[in-house]
Amino acid sequence: MSVSVSMKVNGKTATGNVEPRTLLVQFIREHLGLTGTHVGCDTSQCGACVVHVDGKSIKSCTMLALRADGADVSTIEGLAKDGTLHPMQEAFREHHGLQCGFCTPGMVMSAIDLVKRHNYKLDEKTVRHGLEGNLCRCTGYHNIVKAVLAGAEAMQAKGV
Amino acid sequence: MYDFQYHRPKSVADAVAALKKAADGKLIAGGQTLLPTLKMRLAQPTDLVDLSGVPELRGIKVEGNAVVIGAMAKHAEVSASAEVQKAIPALAMLASEIGDAQVRNMGTLGGSIANSDPAADYPAAIVGLNATIKTNERTIAADDFFKGIFTTALKEGEVIISVSFPVPEKAAYMKFDNPASRFAMVGVFVAKLAGGVRVAVTGAGPSVFRVKAMEEALAKDFSGKAVENIKVPTTGLNSDIHGSAEYRAHLVTVMAKRAADAAK
Ligand SMILES: Cc1cc2nc3c(=O)[nH]c(=O)nc-3n(C[C@H](O)[C@H](O)[C@H](O)COP(=O)(O)OP(=O)(O)OC[C@H]3O[C@@H](n4cnc5c(N)ncnc54)[C@H](O)[C@@H]3O)c2cc1C
Ligand code: FES
Ligand code: FES
Repeated sequence: MSVSVSMKVNGKTATGNVEPRTLLVQFIREHLGLTGTHVGCDTSQCGACVVHVDGKSIKSCTMLALRADGADVSTIEGLAKDGTLHPMQEAFREHHGLQCGFCTPGMVMSAIDLVKRHNYKLDEKTVRHGLEGNLCRCTGYHNIVKAVLAGAEAMQAKGV
Repeated sequence: MYDFQYHRPKSVADAVAALKKAADGKLIAGGQTLLPTLKMRLAQPTDLVDLSGVPELRGIKVEGNAVVIGAMAKHAEVSASAEVQKAIPALAMLASEIGDAQVRNMGTLGGSIANSDPAADYPAAIVGLNATIKTNERTIAADDFFKGIFTTALKEGEVIISVSFPVPEKAAYMKFDNPASRFAMVGVFVAKLAGGVRVAVTGAGPSVFRVKAMEEALAKDFSGKAVENIKVPTTGLNSDIHGSAEYRAHLVTVMAKRAADAAK
């Protein structure tokens, strides 16, 4: 049995018919075709699926699409504006905060929430602790931490 | 996941009614435990009743000498609450150390205690602070709530509304976490309350338990020194790939000592 669901995704209204058991990540990837949000573990551990729901980072593999009915969702695809990367994306590029890139969308979405939660004031310890829910199998995290610290400054400077 | 029907009621009464009508209904709060369980097909409810649209279950307020927290309060909300930070800093700290930021943005107080995971953090605060659990049917004292591994005093169809935490003179929570999951290998909550001292241990046994010998020692002298030589028996403690019963028993003493010294 399918039911209708409607939410804002990256500022645009997105509606669809889903089974109640459809996960938010399935709705985003399979119904909307936004495949920037990844599924790494499907067991709430890795953070590759992190998106923002009403401004808060959550693991979209562990939320039902129906729970997000009426919500405001942002995914990695919604960050760049008019062909210009979001300051956090730019910082990951600049500081080589990725290798294979699989974890990167989730890392960036978690990092932006972290920056806002701490009102742009981050230190290395806060970043390492704050990214506990995001696993990376490539980088050893060092450059990710550098990127997030630089991204936080750039976000503040640009007022985003 | 097996398929199910989904309901999102706007009141506790409607949630209870939806549960009653379902052949095998289940409440869903943050889903951080339930959805993984359903994905593994360890349960097959016919209906899920989502509590996220029920305003009665939200909110954090100070009432007299207690902090009352709604069942649907997220871990992130409890840890960031100015009221909780002021009245019971140990509780705000405990909430800030549950899982990771994304789990804390979804997981709830009610879901955590209804689940009664042996390694969950909140049970230590519930028993350590002698909290009272309010449901749609009754109030349940902390010491009567947790019945064993994944078992509580809740009856079929009973909904947790809120938890009332008495404000202690001082308290602290110390957890030795599993570095992969952040769940407690051992977590100890100590509190000095108007009614006496409490020491509650999570992670070590099948369910949260109190250590009377430590409570008596701390009542005489509230310091780490007073408990550093008190050992808990290893009988019945958890023994798994993460640590033996002996290791956990040792950690209980170490965490209790640190908590007593850190209490404020
Ligand atoms: C990666 C990860 C790490 C975690 N680390 C920790 C940790 O370090 N420490 C820790 O303590 N926990 C940890 N958790 C668990 C987390 O705290 C969950 O929030 C908690 O287990 C369940 O809360 P929930 O709101 O998600 O409940 P759900 O998963 O929605 O529900 C859990 C159970 O409670 C029942 N229920 C929910 N609300 C009510 C209610 N109001 N009345 C009656 N029954 C109800 C449901 O029917 C279900 O049986 C972790 C989880 C994950 C995924
Ligand atoms: S895919 Fe969601 S946490 Fe790994
Ligand atoms: S860059 Fe490959 S997993 Fe992080």
